Amino acid sequence: MAQELVLEIAGLEKTFNPGRPNAVTAISGLDLSVRPREFVSIIGPSGCGKSTLLRLVGGLIDPTAGDLSVNGRSAQEARLARDYGMVFQAAGLLDWRSAIRNVELPLELMGWSKSRRRSRATEMLDLVDLGGFASHYPSELSGGMQQRVSIARALSFEPALLLMDEPFGALDEMTREYMQAELLKIWRETATTVVFITHSIPEAVFLSSRVAVMSPRPARIAAEIPIDLPERAPQVRDTEEFFRSVSLVRRTLRSVEHE
Amino acid sequence: MADPSSTRRARTRRTLIFAVFLVVLALLYTGYKAFGQAIDDTQRDWWVVGSFLPRSDDKNMPPVLDILAEFGQAPREGGTTIGRLTLDGALFTLREAAVGFAAGTIIGLAIAVVLLQSRRAERGVVPYVIASQTVPLIAIAPIVVVWGRTGLEFLPWEWQDWMSVSLIATYLTFFPVAVNGLRGLQSPSPEAAELMQSYAASRRQVLRRLQLPASLPYLFPALRIAATASVVGAIVGEISAGVRGGLGRLILDFAGKYITGPERLYVAIIGACITGLVAVGLVAAAERLLLARRGIVAQ
Repeated sequence: MAQELVLEIAGLEKTFNPGRPNAVTAISGLDLSVRPREFVSIIGPSGCGKSTLLRLVGGLIDPTAGDLSVNGRSAQEARLARDYGMVFQAAGLLDWRSAIRNVELPLELMGWSKSRRRSRATEMLDLVDLGGFASHYPSELSGGMQQRVSIARALSFEPALLLMDEPFGALDEMTREYMQAELLKIWRETATTVVFITHSIPEAVFLSSRVAVMSPRPARIAAEIPIDLPERAPQVRDTEEFFRSVSLVRRTLRSVEHE
Repeated sequence: MADPSSTRRARTRRTLIFAVFLVVLALLYTGYKAFGQAIDDTQRDWWVVGSFLPRSDDKNMPPVLDILAEFGQAPREGGTTIGRLTLDGALFTLREAAVGFAAGTIIGLAIAVVLLQSRRAERGVVPYVIASQTVPLIAIAPIVVVWGRTGLEFLPWEWQDWMSVSLIATYLTFFPVAVNGLRGLQSPSPEAAELMQSYAASRRQVLRRLQLPASLPYLFPALRIAATASVVGAIVGEISAGVRGGLGRLILDFAGKYITGPERLYVAIIGACITGLVAVGLVAAAERLLLARRGIVAQ
């Protein structure tokens, strides 16, 4: 059973500054599981600890209590085994490296040979439709393009789990919708498992196979809403089913906030 | 980035502006001199005004053309010209400065990397780094030279006096490199650091791929300061330590003969200025080479 889950979280708790007057319990009693190839969005009121959850999953910070396993390993072990590709709201490209050299960075750290990482990085840039921009520097790319480079970089080493923290939060609406379609295309092509943090309800509904709604602090997963849309093309945003799912998520969020 | 022809045009324009600046400087100097001379001439009747202004006779302000001509004069008949002496001295001093600059840069960076490892170390050590710069250079220079002559026998090579001067230049250069270098190493965003962490990058990899490249834009302004400081440090070091062969000694010699030939000292001063400019120019060239494609080149 446990082997079939990519991510399994049970009774997770995170308290910052434990035992001190300024102690804050950000997350308490949080359960969540993610199956292979699933696209799970996590949505919640702002400041509820969504990013904290992502950092816990990514092994960047340690939980105070609870179980968290990624393919049967602890978050730290999984991080050291390079199971994670991470994408943040800021693209975080190194501005002294061209687009392709940015994509190569994790491969370089992992000791890939030059020719192997060059060919993989080229493949990844093609995947995000930036094949023609390999030698461009971040300062020469738009925000959306930078974020696509960042996605290519995160996927370059085929991580078991793609963790995305409001990756499109800084983009304008048009770019955002375009990027969502691109991400879905990439998700289908690479068969990656994705955990996606967002505060946009339509974004969560459009992208996900499942939306997990977080409660206010101390956060837990208050509800999980499966999304069943016939096809994930941009037109689906104008269908009755899409609206129904959006309003269901919205009502759930509202009820959670006023618990 | 702009195309190469426009950067070349910008460089030509800068050179032109610099040439114009030099000419204007020479004209102002000559103009003031002529003005002061005229007042001096009428001083018998008008002495009150004349005594208010700095003297501008040929002793105090030798004519520009005389200074330029002095480059070609030889102190002894058929001997080495003043210009040649100054060039030799400048090269000697530049070598001392370059060695000191290189050592200072390495030491400064090493200090920055060590302080980067812990906030506590940073808070504890930085005040001492700053305090180190309050020690008067003129006082420690002779000490360093004496140490060099008598105390460094354990070294595998023979210690030369000019190395003591380099050491003094090192003392001046490590400071800006350490302070700015640390700021630069700390400049990457928390996201960039987390990203490296998510790739399970080692501390060394983070330093090499993230922190060191990120520090370059902070480092180069410090290196420019260090370049001029190393030249000034070398000259002052030569003078107070009594090391021969460089600009410092030359300045001391020419200052002693100022009454009989003031032009010579001016030649040495111009030589020192050019040496400093060459040092800064070398750093700027390295900066252009390294930061050219980042779109964040200074100026």
